[in-house]
Amino acid sequence: MPDRRAEPENPPAKKYGHRVLALGDAAATVLFRAQIAPEVHARVRAFCAALAAARIEGVEEWAPAFGSATVWYDPDQIAFAELAARLAALAQAPGVETPEGALFEIPFCAESDFAPDLDEVARLKGLAPQDWLQKFGELTLEVFMLGFQPGFAYLGVLPEALSVPRLATPRPKIPAGSVAIADSMCAAYPYQSPGGWRLIGRTPAPLFDVTNNARPALLAPGDRVRWRAVSRAEFFALHGRCGAADFRVKE
Amino acid sequence: MSARLKILRPGIGVTVQDFGRPKFRALGVALSGALDPALLAAANVLAGAPEGAAGLEILLAAPELRASEGAARIGLAGDVSGAILRADGGREDISPWRGVLLREGESLALKLGRGPAYLGFSGGLDLPEVLGSRATFLRAGFGGLEGRALRAGDALACGAAEGGEVSAPPFLHEPGPIRFIPGPQDDHFTPEALQQFVTAQWRAGADSDRMGLRLAGPRLAHNAKGANIVSDGATPGAIQVPGDGQPIVLRADAQTSGGYAKIGCVISADLPRLAHLAPGDALSFTPVDHAEAAAARRRARENFAQWRGKIAPAGLLDERKLWTENLIGGATSGE
Repeated sequence: MPDRRAEPENPPAKKYGHRVLALGDAAATVLFRAQIAPEVHARVRAFCAALAAARIEGVEEWAPAFGSATVWYDPDQIAFAELAARLAALAQAPGVETPEGALFEIPFCAESDFAPDLDEVARLKGLAPQDWLQKFGELTLEVFMLGFQPGFAYLGVLPEALSVPRLATPRPKIPAGSVAIADSMCAAYPYQSPGGWRLIGRTPAPLFDVTNNARPALLAPGDRVRWRAVSRAEFFALHGRCGAADFRVKE
Repeated sequence: MSARLKILRPGIGVTVQDFGRPKFRALGVALSGALDPALLAAANVLAGAPEGAAGLEILLAAPELRASEGAARIGLAGDVSGAILRADGGREDISPWRGVLLREGESLALKLGRGPAYLGFSGGLDLPEVLGSRATFLRAGFGGLEGRALRAGDALACGAAEGGEVSAPPFLHEPGPIRFIPGPQDDHFTPEALQQFVTAQWRAGADSDRMGLRLAGPRLAHNAKGANIVSDGATPGAIQVPGDGQPIVLRADAQTSGGYAKIGCVISADLPRLAHLAPGDALSFTPVDHAEAAAARRRARENFAQWRGKIAPAGLLDERKLWTENLIGGATSGE
């Protein structure tokens, strides 16, 4: 699951450049720019909003990624050539509003065993752990996309002063709820899994709830997140007793 | 009316599956569903279950189950056979490609040849839907039976048996190389690697699962663009090539996004065939365009409709003869 910043030799495409690429015979990826940047992602989300409004027959669902969106379709209802033309038209349509996401303030605990990599992360940046945490807490991160696991949100962009590459050797088991960073990205693991990201805390927030059909994932692309450090006692007080509404900030 | 079944032996790698859990990929939810949807559909037809119903997927070892309440009709699709222990103590051998009646108190002990195989149940398995599907997604632990594989003592509910026993010839997929559409990152490979990918004999790896099929063969070299990409959408059939140059073909439980360059993506008509590759099996790939992919989908549908037309009341056709004829036919038509 490696996510890299754009290669330096990758020249910036023209402002609204895009390409429609086949992903087999039942999906297509609309690539705007292979880059992790808020302005590129805004374009991706605007495209997804336009796609939702267009209600193209045969289009089944779509998922935004960093610099692209993938569209799944029924090839018995719409041929790739026709779909590609429609998607290209939507991709270059000017003036589509980028929908505004919600702001969340999500608690996490960075004490002892919840944050096994915090000391090393801070050391690599020449900071005391408390100073790294304080700067981290001041960030407002954007949800770029979900993937890897149900509800696994890629949050960015971490400034260079805080970012650290992933571990050379992934851990076989990362506990559910772990808050982790890798390169310029931050994420929280809804489910236990192997992984190479560096663990800097744990959240009691329900990141994915299958019983909530309307909104099973706490975070959606375009939402913004601030992490709020809490004590161990508060972590356990919240664990299993909180929902998405508890963390949404009214603006 | 309904029936209940009790699991006496759970088998290995036996999960509830249906035709997948679409509509939540933007939230990172894998499609899931049967590795071979055509065989699950066949099992459903043999059981008298509605189209789209949930059944059992058997990957490594088959289960044994007993009708604890009411009578169920069970469809066996794939290389799975066994015996029914009748309530009167009699034992009846069961060949594959049958819809059998399991009356209250009777048990069905199954043996898997080559997986995967599928069991369909009259009326379909009655389980709550999770995000619109009954498919088990093991890695996140939801869907099916509490998101896990079958265990001894589990109880399954389904509709009551309707109609008599039926049998059918085996349903066979079209043989030949696995067809794929190049891209979306075929521009990350050297011309030699693109050539090697379609000329090489690949072997299915041992560490494959419902998420991906690992392949061993020549090392595919990436060009200066490299093996890593800014993550984009992934889907079952996508052929990722990490830095070691050994492809991984994603299957039903594929993650919804990925950060490795994809040399191509297997067409939907050939996805079911990926399910049947066991460790060490040989395979090769051939590129096709969207028109050929559409023709392959049509043929797969016609193939299934033709098979369906051959289902007959049990005893009316010589199963052993058909089984043999089809095996010979399948073996000579292009492999």
